[in-house]
Amino acid sequence: MSTEEKVLPLDRPELKEQYENFIGGEWIAPTNGKYSNNISPVDGEILTRVPKSTAEDIELAVSAASKAFESFKNTTVVERSTMLNKVADAIEANLERLAIAETLDNGKAVRETMAADVPLVIDHFRYFASVIRSESGMVADLDPDTISQEVHEPLGVVAQIIPWNFPLLMAAWKLAPALAAGNCVVLKPAGPTPMSILLLMEVISDVLPAGTVNIVNGPGAEIGKVLATHPDVKKVGFTGETTTGQLIMQYATENIIPSTLELGGKSPNIFMESIMDADDAFFDKAIEGLVLFAFNSGEVCTCPSRALIQESIYEPFMKRVLERVKAIKLGDPLNPTTMMGAQCSTNQKEKILDYIRIGKEEGAECLIGGEAYDNPAHPNGNYIKPTIFKGHNKMRIFQEEIFGPVLSVTTFNTEEEALEIANDTMYGLGAGVWSRDAHQLHKFSRAIEAGRVWVNCYHLYPSHASFGGYKKSGIGRETHMMMLNSYRHTKNILTSYNKNALGFF
Amino acid sequence: MVTQRLAVTNAAVEIITKLKENNGDLIFNQSGGCCDGSAPMCYKKGDFYVPSRNIKLGEVCGCEFFISADQFEYFKHSHITIDCKDNFSGSNSFSLETAIDKQFVTVSRIFTDDEYNNLEVK
Repeated sequence: MSTEEKVLPLDRPELKEQYENFIGGEWIAPTNGKYSNNISPVDGEILTRVPKSTAEDIELAVSAASKAFESFKNTTVVERSTMLNKVADAIEANLERLAIAETLDNGKAVRETMAADVPLVIDHFRYFASVIRSESGMVADLDPDTISQEVHEPLGVVAQIIPWNFPLLMAAWKLAPALAAGNCVVLKPAGPTPMSILLLMEVISDVLPAGTVNIVNGPGAEIGKVLATHPDVKKVGFTGETTTGQLIMQYATENIIPSTLELGGKSPNIFMESIMDADDAFFDKAIEGLVLFAFNSGEVCTCPSRALIQESIYEPFMKRVLERVKAIKLGDPLNPTTMMGAQCSTNQKEKILDYIRIGKEEGAECLIGGEAYDNPAHPNGNYIKPTIFKGHNKMRIFQEEIFGPVLSVTTFNTEEEALEIANDTMYGLGAGVWSRDAHQLHKFSRAIEAGRVWVNCYHLYPSHASFGGYKKSGIGRETHMMMLNSYRHTKNILTSYNKNALGFF
Repeated sequence: MVTQRLAVTNAAVEIITKLKENNGDLIFNQSGGCCDGSAPMCYKKGDFYVPSRNIKLGEVCGCEFFISADQFEYFKHSHITIDCKDNFSGSNSFSLETAIDKQFVTVSRIFTDDEYNNLEVK
């Protein structure tokens, strides 16, 4: 028996047959009494049922959040920081349960949810708990008698619409700064992944004052518009695709409120010839850096889905890359040895297969994969083999976000050519550059039009580094303490200590 | 014969007809990347402000179908069939069919040379 066979899948957490909306600190059934089945992409089985809410439920949630805000806005920084640390502690105490729930809900491999998703969730709450203790507003002495104070005040009730690729982490990215800044939240999880966030609420509900966080599940067509246009909602944070992003901005104009949009990407990952100057630890890291297109089954808005490889190293580098891709172990996402799990839904799997078909029709050369994976552990799950195409940057598979484990590879000869290809995209979310030449790294990291450039690394998401897009990848930033200002007003208090009139009238 | 860019399956016609009954006139906009992207979004006409530079690819069941100008650059060689699938897993888009457990999808194929040469707008 091999070592791998000895590792058993992790036990599934016990789930209720049915979950409710979480409104005003209580579990409330949807007004219309309707529910949807929550289907796991791991095996196509029903996990539980969740509310299929309507406008009435959004009204209840916004009303509960507005009520809670009346007292929450007056909480001290110390109180909110302590609360966020308790949230982090509660999640940490339930790390494995939440990680397995996330795997069941989304399909991603449990080794990722255990090592990345949930630990990052915990860290985001701790980060925002700490930064609000160490920051302060600004004061300027404008003249000997006039003082200008810039103080911050929360916006009020904010709406947050969460994607399905990192349900818990994207919720944390939005919840932590919003709560740290003193807002109350109405959050809509994504349709395919409603469950893990509800389990999260079970874990943290005791720590949060009633009404500060409200969760409403339901179809975007029923509840999205009413939430985003609600006159009592003071900001909308959205992560998802471009047309809904445009719609969110359009809705935000109705009430003159800000919106933060984190949309798609088609991130270039650039490999310069110097990476092969030695066959050492760094070269090994660079190979992994390319293979990270398969991280989270490729369902990442910053997926390094375009690899740009210098022509001079293409053959030997790709040989090593393909060996590494062949070694990606597919299987039961709940088994800690499985390296790549399921795609999030049947429709997503079909969409990826459609792009694989388009790639082949466009004349791209399929180097590995290129088809669905029949998973013996779960024949009814949604699995795709990690796939690499070689082609050119004008092909659709190089320009459109596939949101799956499909990498499009092309080559370049000069730095200028590499930069031209890298920036020839509608998007500007992530980018990677790999080289042993410090000057080249600096040149590329500044010249690439993207909100996050990973230099000699990829797919790291520390809370203390800002994240967001250029071009059609969105507006606004997430993570980093600068995010606090997108969840609060700046109020200027201008005080005169001069007793004399201006003299105009 | 002029080549059409769009086709629609019977399954999609059935759902578009149903959505029209419930919502009135509709429009479609092909979405770009991320989670529920690369799919047609269906809205009540007037509900979505169609960007003035978007390109109209054609009509399905009397509903205008748009795509952004930059995305069109990469779609212009593709014939698109609008299909509709069951979607019991939901979505985070606001597209109307998600409320009735459906999802519109675009199925693409590359035009033949003859087809491409007979397009009205290339």
